[in-house]
Amino acid sequence: MTKALMNVESVQKEFALGGGFLQSRTGFVRAVDKVNLQIFEGETLGLVGESGCGKSTLARILMRLEEPDQGRVIFENRNIFELSSDELKSYRRNVQMIFQDPYSSLNPRKTALSMIAEPLDIHGVASRARNRELALQIMGKVGLTHEQAKRYPHEFSGGQRQRIGIARALALNPRLVIADEPVSALDASIQAQILNLLKDLKNEFGLTYLFISHDLNVIRHVSDRIAVMYLGRIVEVAQKNDLYLNPAHPYTRLLLAAMPTCLPGVKKQTAMIKGEAGGTGEGGCLFQNRCSYKIDKCLEHKPELLPSGENRWCACHRTGEI
Amino acid sequence: MTMEPLLDIQNLKTVFSTAKGKIRAVDGISLSLNAGETVGVVGESGCGKTMLALSVMRLIPANGRTAQGCVLFDGADLLALPEQKMREKRGRDIAMIFQEPMTSLNPVLRVGDQIEEAIRLHLHLPSGRARQMSIEMLSEVGISSPEKRVRDYPHQLSGGMRQRVMIAMAMSCRPRLLLADEPTTALDVTVQAQILNLISRLQAKNNMAVMLITHDLGVVAETTQKVAVMYAGKVVELADADRLFARPAHPYTIGLIESRPAGCARQESAEGYLKTIPGAVPSLYNLPSGCRFAERCAWAQDVCRHREPHLTQIEEGRFAACYFPQNMTH
Repeated sequence: MTKALMNVESVQKEFALGGGFLQSRTGFVRAVDKVNLQIFEGETLGLVGESGCGKSTLARILMRLEEPDQGRVIFENRNIFELSSDELKSYRRNVQMIFQDPYSSLNPRKTALSMIAEPLDIHGVASRARNRELALQIMGKVGLTHEQAKRYPHEFSGGQRQRIGIARALALNPRLVIADEPVSALDASIQAQILNLLKDLKNEFGLTYLFISHDLNVIRHVSDRIAVMYLGRIVEVAQKNDLYLNPAHPYTRLLLAAMPTCLPGVKKQTAMIKGEAGGTGEGGCLFQNRCSYKIDKCLEHKPELLPSGENRWCACHRTGEI
Repeated sequence: MTMEPLLDIQNLKTVFSTAKGKIRAVDGISLSLNAGETVGVVGESGCGKTMLALSVMRLIPANGRTAQGCVLFDGADLLALPEQKMREKRGRDIAMIFQEPMTSLNPVLRVGDQIEEAIRLHLHLPSGRARQMSIEMLSEVGISSPEKRVRDYPHQLSGGMRQRVMIAMAMSCRPRLLLADEPTTALDVTVQAQILNLISRLQAKNNMAVMLITHDLGVVAETTQKVAVMYAGKVVELADADRLFARPAHPYTIGLIESRPAGCARQESAEGYLKTIPGAVPSLYNLPSGCRFAERCAWAQDVCRHREPHLTQIEEGRFAACYFPQNMTH
């Protein structure tokens, strides 16, 4: 097996809930709860979950935009939260992010070219003039023309803006790209163009992706391995085909049952699709209030993510039985 | 036996005057819907699908107007009704639910009061009886302990619950037609499945007609009998859902189905690339003279670039606006 490029070790992050009297804290929400995850060199790891499950918070922690309360993130044998400022600069070169919303993630007062050249300038890759040449080359790679270099974000369509965001992320030739819902804001016909582009770039630059999405169809298409997240915890990790053909965790089963297909007249097993994500307020498994398979043990003990087969992990007390 | 359709949109045109010029957001659309039937209206953002629904409701923004056509509801033209009569129809006979339940609910009113308002206005019931009905409606849309929930404000509810409240409000006067504009787009996939299921159940119970507007082909495949595919203000294909997905006729429909990852793409290329539709939707300010899809179309000929095709029947139950429809039986 190839070696892990990034190792996430029991990372935990809580946020205080405000809104009480005189802005007092009314409680905590555990956005990321003891997450262990490995990202292997050259793979696309899909991270799927519903809104509020903590997947974006996890991405922000991996980008060092957020400090975890506990746990470590190991990249090139170093904990990224203990890097010196020089080391951090090199980390930022190696790990880049593509954001969901191509409208709000671009500076409206900068041209496409200057935004793509900016990371090159900051890291002093070459002279300013040479950086602009490099930026033009990258624009070509993501399917933007030289005539578009001097244009401002409002002159581009959503798909083209996402291309700018991708070009900017790739400018420094990173090793790991964290893509947080990169196609969710795009129309269907544009979505496919961007997914193909990401695939081309991965092959050309030898990238590793952490691909975050709520869309099970997209995740299935792009990923090699998939991690399923629910209320801050990773509940299942498996190879793509193992996960879709033979889901182990009840939550994964629920997600797959609810996934829209393009087969008219296929009736879903609607009986099992129930409830909404939300804390149970009690101990035990976080999924207990929506689970069709729960037993007494689930009410008392939170299941850990344990190996459940070859290259797969599942956090369920009844793994293998159900 | 021919049944009079409940809703019959004939050659509807809705135009907007903007600073940049005049655009035809809805450009000659004809579509009919029988009682108890569900039609899906699919298209990408900006194709005019929302404006179609708002035109039916006569709720288009102030810089727009319906320039041509008629909207027959139960045989009477809604566009010719005086505003007072139209207000009586809205919410009572024709209801609409919107994409974002947070912005469509009033944040400073309790949800119970908002549901009651429609009931009191349209059914002229006293408030005690209206309150009771609003509790019944909440329980019908699957909200637990409805007698407590009527006292909640919208921010106290989750996204799925808010959409259930919107549906309860829309259904409270037992409308005969429901216009659902992207009702599940803002929701998680597990909640989406529940909401679609709820709409189908209420539809069957009340023999209601539903126009389901969405950009998601998967949602359409599961819930509708008939599908209209819109592109740049026009319906380019209209067919039964089974036929449309098995044998799409219009090149745009084919592109939409094939560019969808995993779930329905029947053929991904060996290297795992998705099929794509090249280019982008033309600007409504600057439409080509011929077919609006021609420059993105693999089958386009000279005729497509010069003369605009109209929606015509190409086979039993299949309509397409294309000179070279695909997947024909003969």
